[in-house]
Amino acid sequence: MHCTFCLTSLRQVLNWTNLLTKQKSHLLCEECLSKLEFIKGERCSICSRSFANIDSQYKRGSLCLDCYKWEQDPIWKGVLDGNTSIFVYNDFLKEIMALFKYRGDHQVAGALADFFPETLAKERVIAPIPLSDERLYERGFNQAEAILDYTHLGYKQLLSRVHGEKQSKISRQERLENTSVFSAANIEGCKAQHVLLIDDIYTTGATVRQAAKVLKNAGAITVVSFTVAR
Amino acid sequence: MLFCISPQNELIPVLAARPDLHRITDLPLHPNIPLDTHFPYSKKLQTSLEGKKLLFEEINVPLEEIQAHYLKGYCDYHPGIMKNNSKSICLRCGNKRPDFFASFSCARCKRACTYCRNCIMMGRISECTPLVSWTGPPTVITPCPLEWQGTLSPGQQYASSKIVEAVEQNCEMLVWAVCGAGKTEILFKGIEKALELHKRVCIATPRTDVVLELAPRLQQAFPAVNVIPLYGDSGNKLKYSPLFISTTHQLFRFEQAFDVIILDEMDAFPYSADETLQHAVSKARKQNSAMVYLTATPSKSWQKKCQNNKIAYVKIPARYHRYPLPVPRFVWCGNWEKLLNRGKLPERLLVWLKERLSKDKQILLFLPKIAHLEKSKSILKKLESSVETVHAADPHRVEKVQKMRNKQIKLLITTTILERGVTFPNIDVAVLGAENDVFTDSALIQIAGRAGRSDKNPYGDVAFFHHGKTWSIVEAGKQIENSNKEAAQKGMLLPEAGE
Repeated sequence: MHCTFCLTSLRQVLNWTNLLTKQKSHLLCEECLSKLEFIKGERCSICSRSFANIDSQYKRGSLCLDCYKWEQDPIWKGVLDGNTSIFVYNDFLKEIMALFKYRGDHQVAGALADFFPETLAKERVIAPIPLSDERLYERGFNQAEAILDYTHLGYKQLLSRVHGEKQSKISRQERLENTSVFSAANIEGCKAQHVLLIDDIYTTGATVRQAAKVLKNAGAITVVSFTVAR
Repeated sequence: MLFCISPQNELIPVLAARPDLHRITDLPLHPNIPLDTHFPYSKKLQTSLEGKKLLFEEINVPLEEIQAHYLKGYCDYHPGIMKNNSKSICLRCGNKRPDFFASFSCARCKRACTYCRNCIMMGRISECTPLVSWTGPPTVITPCPLEWQGTLSPGQQYASSKIVEAVEQNCEMLVWAVCGAGKTEILFKGIEKALELHKRVCIATPRTDVVLELAPRLQQAFPAVNVIPLYGDSGNKLKYSPLFISTTHQLFRFEQAFDVIILDEMDAFPYSADETLQHAVSKARKQNSAMVYLTATPSKSWQKKCQNNKIAYVKIPARYHRYPLPVPRFVWCGNWEKLLNRGKLPERLLVWLKERLSKDKQILLFLPKIAHLEKSKSILKKLESSVETVHAADPHRVEKVQKMRNKQIKLLITTTILERGVTFPNIDVAVLGAENDVFTDSALIQIAGRAGRSDKNPYGDVAFFHHGKTWSIVEAGKQIENSNKEAAQKGMLLPEAGE
């Protein structure tokens, strides 16, 4: 076995602890695992942003300043019912995400999917955030679907992408004003459903909120999201 | 990218997925298209592609233009992944290990598509990813006179003439030259000869530091050629030069490119442990080409090859300044790791350091693990204020090494990352924890070889502080003494250079 991220050999040390306790992850080496930063302790009650290293001026009660602003805006208030993320988007995870998405190392999804909290999927319809056709061809796969494929959970294409601008290439202001990125691809599939959106990274929250809005307009009751990184 | 086949049996790349299209891997070998010598080919494409196999995405030329060159016989398309009885081989990096391949449901070819994880940092190669090569005429190399004025020591002179012979006759040879023998200067005549014979040269090394250090020296020696350094972030991957200096990793992109490859630090990590890098070097050579291996510390198997006359070799046992190599002293210092955890360092090491510092000497101190660096730094701060640490993942590595060169740092604490490739003119060297596994015999010989490098300060003190002598410690000492003995016997040392 090799570490999925760095390809170093994973040699299990044979000792009593390893024999008797269930190991957390067999896919990553200790060093890579130690560089991943789990979101722990107090966090924003909507988006899971960790409050650990945040100045109080970026907090409003149980919300982070970003979510507070979203909730102040009548167009976006209550659109997203919650977000769960596993890791802080630190420099190491940025490298891993670059390997995964831009270099196109599909297998990285296997290690990320290992951290997917399956309870989130309970009684929810799972829907990956779609890519534009152009982006899908460029990468060869959709990163959200790649993660889902390794969880072996079923999912539905509830959304389609209207036009494909790379999110990371446009400014925050532009992202916030962008309201028509998605359209409902399967209105029947949304009606009276609780939906779990899947994406790789939560940055400003614009993508998942735009998606959530389309789903709610199509009849979804609640929309929560899961992203690997926040 | 998929292909359809024209009635004339030509390949036509298509940027779409249709059931009638083929993946390059699944296509039978197609005939070469004869070269149309009247075709006005693109110099830019030739420069980018000659001697290489690249992904379409890597070449900064539109697909239509590449296809036009293909149809006139100037380019060819090749699979990147080959499957042989369900065993995959990556034709870029030579990876054959099943666990370093993965497969995914590909949006381009709409099939399960196998890709190589070993060389993915250079862009993904999968079954539907073609590689493009140049099949047009090669760039004509013009001779370039050597503009180096120095003189070679007798040992250097001999090796230099042997390299010239190897270049002329397309032979393989090993130059076993002690640390500080002046390896770079040995190469100059051979490179000059190669360019004179219109041969394309690459100096390859596993380490980026070595590329960065050698490139300006080569450029100075050969001002009329554009010496191009190639490493991960160099941004030079589409440039052409008759004289490249490259990391072994970057050679993954080359195929049948060079008439002469000089492999420096052949025993260094990761080349020595990575079969795909060895594959990269042999793939980058032309079938008829010269290969010169350079090292101060050949592995046991290479030493055996030399003894059994399996490979031609030259040994240079003396340094260019003709003083003997500093012989390390072994100093037992007890359980230093336990001491370090209690915030202390062995008394014997402190005495040694104080003595050097009082003489205003710069010091390199090697420790086995990164975790030891900061601990010892905080202790040594009390002794000397200008103390720094540096390790492989240190973002300020280059700056710190430069500061040490500028003598702004007096004591630099480091790991094996600085064991080779870097030269400071007048330093003393210590290893703490020399018994650790990371300090192999060759690592210790390289470390000892950091001292006494310049002819103004040919003596340096080297001390290995250990908690129990290992085979490697003893072997390193033995090999250094043997080299000195051999140098003295061959009359390569200055008469007054005795210790």
